[in-house]
Formats: sequence, C-alpha cells, structure tokens
Amino acid sequence: MAVAEAETTTAAPAPGTGTPVPARRGRPLWARVLPYLLVAPTVVGTAYLLVYPLVRNLLISVQKFGIAQLIRGGAEFVGIDNYRTILTDNKFWGVVGRTFVFTAINVGLIMVLATLVALLIGALGKWMRFAVMGGLVVAWAIPVIAATTVFQWLFQSQLGVVNWVLVALGFEQYDGKAWFADGNSTFAIVVLLIVWQSVPFAALTLYAAMTTVPKELSESAQIDGAGSVKTFALITFPILRPMFGLILCLEVIWVFKCFVQIWAISQGGPGDATLTLPVYAYQIAQSLNRYDLGAAISMVTVLILAVVLLAYFRQMFKEEGEL
Amino acid sequence: MRTRLSRKLTLNILALGVFAFSVFPVYWMVLTAFKPTKEIQAETPSFFPTHVTFTHFSTAVNADGFWIFWRNSGLVAISAVLMSLLVACLAAYAVGRMKWKGRQAFILMVFIAQMTPWEALLIPMYVIARDTDMLDKLPMLTLIYFMMTLPFTIVTLRGFLNGIPVELEEAAQVDGCNQFQAFRRVVFPLLAPGLLSTSLFGFITAWNEFAFANLLIIKNQDQRTLPVWLSSFSNTFGTDWGATMAAATLFMLPVLLIFLVLQGRVTTGVAAGAVKG
Repeated sequence: MAVAEAETTTAAPAPGTGTPVPARRGRPLWARVLPYLLVAPTVVGTAYLLVYPLVRNLLISVQKFGIAQLIRGGAEFVGIDNYRTILTDNKFWGVVGRTFVFTAINVGLIMVLATLVALLIGALGKWMRFAVMGGLVVAWAIPVIAATTVFQWLFQSQLGVVNWVLVALGFEQYDGKAWFADGNSTFAIVVLLIVWQSVPFAALTLYAAMTTVPKELSESAQIDGAGSVKTFALITFPILRPMFGLILCLEVIWVFKCFVQIWAISQGGPGDATLTLPVYAYQIAQSLNRYDLGAAISMVTVLILAVVLLAYFRQMFKEEGEL
Repeated sequence: MRTRLSRKLTLNILALGVFAFSVFPVYWMVLTAFKPTKEIQAETPSFFPTHVTFTHFSTAVNADGFWIFWRNSGLVAISAVLMSLLVACLAAYAVGRMKWKGRQAFILMVFIAQMTPWEALLIPMYVIARDTDMLDKLPMLTLIYFMMTLPFTIVTLRGFLNGIPVELEEAAQVDGCNQFQAFRRVVFPLLAPGLLSTSLFGFITAWNEFAFANLLIIKNQDQRTLPVWLSSFSNTFGTDWGATMAAATLFMLPVLLIFLVLQGRVTTGVAAGAVKG
C-alpha cells in the first residue's frame, strides 16, 4: 500500500494533484455541494456500520447487559463496574499475558522467516524464484477456514500425515498422538497455522521492497569485503527500515486481534490454552450471555490496538508525506 | 569456485524446502479429496495420486444445502462488492478530482476505517442486529461486508484515479462533455482494470469471512454461508475426511482463480492490508 501510494502520488504530474478544479466563490451552489453529496453514502455507512457499533460497544460495557436486557431492553447504567470486574479477575490478566506472548511468538517468527525468505528469493535463479513465489501465493490464497480444516486433518491423531511422518522418522511416541487434546500442542499448531499463512504476504512485500534497493550499493559493499549478513545489516535493512516498520505494525495488529483461526480450531481450549483477548470477549458474551463483560474486554482490546495503530499511522504518513 | 557452487546448491535446497512447506498443506488437501477412501485410511499414506476418484466431490456437492450455501456466499459477496464499488467510486471521485473543505479529514477517516478491528465489534453487531430484527438475515451480512471492503476500495480507487491525468477530462470538457460525461466516457474506461482488481479483493474478503457469518446466522440454517458450513464439517461429514477435503477444495477454488488472474498485482494491492486470509 505504502508502495503503491507513494508511487501514484509521486508519479502523477505535479500540476493538478488534488486541486484540479480550483474553488471559486462564484461557483453555483450545486457544484459546491456536489463533493459532499458524493461522499455522503460513505459517511452514512461508516457512521451506522462502524462508529455506531463502536459507541454501542462502549455503552454496553458500562451497562448491566445480560440475556434479559438483550430480550427486553432497559439495560441500567452501572458505570465502571464491568471494567472493575474484569480488571480484578486473575483469569483476565492471564488472558492478557497469553495474548502478548502469542503475539510476540507469532510476529517474531513471521518477521524473521519472512526476511529470510525474501532474501532467499532475491538470491535465486529465475525458475526457482518463480516456483518459490508461486508456492507462497498458493499458501496465501487458501481461505482461513479451509486452512484450519486442512490443519485439523494434517494433525489428526489416527490417520494424520504428521503423526505418520514423525513415527517414520523414529519418534515412536507420536503414534496416535492427539494433538488437539493437549494445550501446548494446540497452541503450537495455531502458531504454525498463523505463521504459515502470514509469511507469504510479508515475504513477498519485503522482496518487492528489496528490489528497489540499488544493486550498486550492495555490490560495492561486497567489493569492500562485507558478507551477505553484513550487507543486509548495513545496507538493505537501514534503507528498508520504514517498510519493516509498517509490516511489523500490520502483523502485530493482525495477530493480536486474530479470532477465526483460534475459534475454528479450539474455541480457546483445551483448558484455556489458546484463549486470547478477542476469543475471550466472544466466549464470555456468547456462552455466559455476559455481553457487558464481553464488551468491556473488547474495549480493552481496541485500546491496546489503538496504540499500535498510532505507531502504524505515524510511520505511514511519514512515508507518504501527505494524505 | 567450489564454495560458490555449494552456496548455490544450499540456496536451491532451501528454496525447495520453502516451496514444499508452503504448498504441502494445499497439496495434501487436494490429494486427499481425490483419493479413494481405502487409501485415505491406509496404514501408510501415499504421497502421490495413484487412483483418482470423484466420489468425495459428489458427496460434498450432494451434502445437505451445499448449493444453497454456495449461492448464499456468492450472493452476499457479490452484492457487498457491487455496493462498495458504487459508493467508493463516488467518494474516490470527490477526493481525487474536487477541492472541498473537510477533504483531509475524510481521507483520514477512511484510513482509520480501513484498520478497524472488526473482531472487537462482534458483540455490538449482534445486539444491533437483534434490535433491528436483522438476525439470521443475509442483508445484514451484506451490509457488514460492504463496510469491511469499502475503505480499501476507496483508497485503491483513489490511487488509480490519481494515476489518470486530469488533462484528459479537461480536454473532454472542452470538447463539450459535461463533468459526468467526461467521467463516464474518459475516466471510467481507464479506471476499469483498477475497478476489476479492487472488486476481486473485496470479493475474497467477503467470501472468506467467518466470524460474523457464524455469529449472526443462528436459527435459520438456510441462510448460512460456506465458511460456517465448512467449519462444522464434522457435523456434516463425520470422519469422512475425503469429503471434507473435497468441500474445502471447492471452497478455495474461486479464490485461487482470482489470485491467478491478479498475479503480479497481488503484492501491491494487498499491501494495503485490507485482504487478510
């Protein structure tokens, strides 16, 4: 995005970008009102389908809102009671901690692997590069729900191919291992799934960015005796630092709010092994009908995400210069 | 010389590893879908197709409601995309071709809307849908998917629009077109490729969406969409993994086709962050 945007804004001829039709006092009324009419559907849609739900969420989080209020209405205002309830609950803090650990592991793996894969693609010959990029696109294209289904099949205890391969390699203890019955192994599978699905985007974007680094720079570094690691650390990474920053922010946001993968595979279980904030909010609202507590947890999630978002926007506007 | 050769060899082996790792789950899905049940349940799995069967596909296609869910998914995705294209075209034109007060604020709003954590809005959406009697109804899903794809559509269309010189329109207006005609006859044809790829990305988002479809369609099973149906495969197919994988393959097919159509444009387009699994 940053790439495409930067290209279009700089590539467009300077005259007229953004200000093609100069505003003149004497323009007829309809011409002055027209732009507002054109953006009106967007504004109305955003107001009703985005701002209103967010406000409603905030409202529910300061009300007593259970199944009775859902059916009959008339929820009463309880102030910060719901927040007090969740913030004094040890389980909530466990979930918060787990969400951060979950995000750190996933994002760390994604960034490291994506960087390595991007460098690898750059070093390959034409055909091998084509094959690897094609493979990445395939992994990227599979819908999340199809992927969760496939992973459940890969790790199936009796007929799953993973157990078969592990046993064939001599790890007898994996014979008939029930991966999804154990907390740690379920957590590991969810991580594997998310990393597998996220690396392609990050790797392909990083690779595209790396091709913009002038070849002469790295070549002269190599003539000066720098190895590949040093070339990356001294040339490629500093130049692409903003791009790395953007992708890092995006991945943190995506992993932190990740819901579907976890819900489809384990619904936060077994035990609470894969219970992260978005899943916890959903679970508490749906199974306990405590919409108020769920809304409060969602608000906390939104607040944490807002901090990361702020970093993302700062980086993006620095990149683009202007809106 | 020798170190260079071994370096090249290592790189290629690594590349093969990356390729195998990324493709294998998808390969295994498709392979299982075509395998006879006897082979799926064999002690030693076969890694290459020996006998090809279509029984699993016919089981999947003939499963209860498959075509209804397929139609629902397609209907919801297509109407959401068409809505957001129309609305985004208007907004992108106002942003890219007109000067007005509040333009900057509007663009900022779109950028923020693009990063909405939809997962955090599940609960209020459920309550709102219930209040407005929109539970179990596809139009509600359509509206949500419309809003999910709208910001991305506006941002990319604006990008494409900025790439089209204003002089073209001005020339058309000198030749006697009014503003609308200049847009329809000159800008629109140039914008068409952008419209196509943007709408395909929107389609993927809506086609894949699970969380809201799972939450908002509860009682009326006829209104379910494919992802929800697929996620409950064990209810439908039990332990019939062949049929499950056939269903997953059929579900993935349109998305894979779209990715193939878009090819190179995928990276730049999706970097916007709108389309994510």
